[in-house]
Amino acid sequence: METIKKEAYKHKTGFWQAVKSLVSGARLTLRHLANANKRRKPVYVTDDSYFKQPDGLATLTYPYEALPVPDNGRYRLHNEIEDCIVCDLCAKVCPVNCITIESVKATEDIGVTSDGTKKRLYAPVFDIDMAKCCYCGLCTTVCPTDCLTMTPVYDFSEVNIKNMIYHFTDLSPEQAQEKQLLFEKQQEEMAAAKAAALAARKQQG
Amino acid sequence: MPMIAFLLTLMLLLGVVIVLAYAERKVAAFMQDRLGPTEAGPYGSLQAVLDVLKLLQKEDIVPALADKGLFKLAPILIFAAVFAGFAVIPISPTLVPAGIGIGVFYLLAIISLDVIGLLMAGWGSNNKYAMLGAMRSVAQIVSYEIPAGLAILSAVMVCQSLDFQEISYQQGVLMNAFPGMGYETNWLFGIQALGIDTTNIGGITTWNIFRAPMLLVAFVIYFIASLAESNRAPFDIPEAESELVAGFHVEYSGFRFAVLFLAEYSMMVLVSLVAVILFLGSWNTPLPNIGSIALANWTTGTIGEISGNLWAAFWLISKTFVLLFVQLWARWTYPRLRVDQLMHLCWKVLTPVALVIVLLAGIWRLLMI
Repeated sequence: METIKKEAYKHKTGFWQAVKSLVSGARLTLRHLANANKRRKPVYVTDDSYFKQPDGLATLTYPYEALPVPDNGRYRLHNEIEDCIVCDLCAKVCPVNCITIESVKATEDIGVTSDGTKKRLYAPVFDIDMAKCCYCGLCTTVCPTDCLTMTPVYDFSEVNIKNMIYHFTDLSPEQAQEKQLLFEKQQEEMAAAKAAALAARKQQG
Repeated sequence: MPMIAFLLTLMLLLGVVIVLAYAERKVAAFMQDRLGPTEAGPYGSLQAVLDVLKLLQKEDIVPALADKGLFKLAPILIFAAVFAGFAVIPISPTLVPAGIGIGVFYLLAIISLDVIGLLMAGWGSNNKYAMLGAMRSVAQIVSYEIPAGLAILSAVMVCQSLDFQEISYQQGVLMNAFPGMGYETNWLFGIQALGIDTTNIGGITTWNIFRAPMLLVAFVIYFIASLAESNRAPFDIPEAESELVAGFHVEYSGFRFAVLFLAEYSMMVLVSLVAVILFLGSWNTPLPNIGSIALANWTTGTIGEISGNLWAAFWLISKTFVLLFVQLWARWTYPRLRVDQLMHLCWKVLTPVALVIVLLAGIWRLLMI
């Protein structure tokens, strides 16, 4: 049976050792003080110097300087309403129900999106509540015209929480009212025309 | 005249404390690779002023179960005790608020009153942390007064005077201008046998740590003890933030806290001033006269005139700030001592060494005659 030879680690003690230790500590803090004229630079992670800034102050004064985020950063949502066909897919897929859409059918042709899809609906309400958003990105995946995207903007805190609801509609309430009335009028006309046609057929028959 | 000196000293003290509070935050930040205050004024320089303004607006809270008389009196007593110490500090060859002959003795006595104020604050707060902090503080200050007193005693023995102004004159080229010392001579290391007359060389060669080299050790002992007396790290167990919240002043707020804070920083300034006056040449210039290049004379000015006063104040305050910087440096470098380590250092290391220094200083004085 082997005996394990134990050797106690002997701490270096004594006056001069203590003085040496004190001096080395004091030199360490003095070196950091001397390096205080250097600052960490807010460079992107791909920059060569990103991991090579051992000296100087590490703090970034955030609102004035910030580490850059990737161009395809997935933070605040943005809807390009010109390209939106108001299909309501994003609102349906949203797991936290932060998108509210109301639609009004158009009475005439309202043009095409930039990828050639025909637009048939107006959106009097297209609200995204960024306070509720969980940044899952599902809405951007399902969007058929790629009009709903996530942007690299991440600092958009507000004093009033109502300002966290972003309104993307391009219609004023009056315009929306007008479109609604136009649509109702068209519906009435169509209904009247249908009734007239029905009456005419009855008279014939 | 005493009123003017009082106001002048108070203004100077407030100015130094404001600078010191700002420097503390900046030095701490730089040593820890942070930025420190940056928002208030250029480089955050107005931070300390704004902190004081904020404190003055705060509600003055007196705990319901506190001993109200003691609680209210304690900050005043603590600050008064420390501030009274400044009365005997000479600022220049002709400017000293109260030039009494037993200044050193008076200073040691009046500073000891501080302990009673601390105990009043801790007891009056009716709070366990405050009480523990006050007890630790008192134990520490009373213990460390012994090595500090012995170190001061050795300097006094070498100078043969309890008058701060006389001690100051002895450490520079102006020595013969002091009444009663017209024919005194300073020798290198204080020893006449070496035959090098430094009376007119002045500068660093006539500082007390040069006149009697064992005073360098006394200076180190005094400096360590003064850290403990002003409750500074690494001897800040009375305030140990991590265990006692803030020690004896945990219940104080608003103006009363501001006064305690001011007293704490004034204490730092005062102990540094005393160290400078007793060991580091007081208001004398560190630059010696070398042959025809009379650096000491050029940087001393004329006694009684504005140049003499300004040079003296400049040297005194610069040396004090160097020591204050060392205090900050120590705070952000060394960890806090345990109570037993603190007492070990005081009673088993500093006190015996200080006793030996006193003995050596006595022998040295015999050689100096």
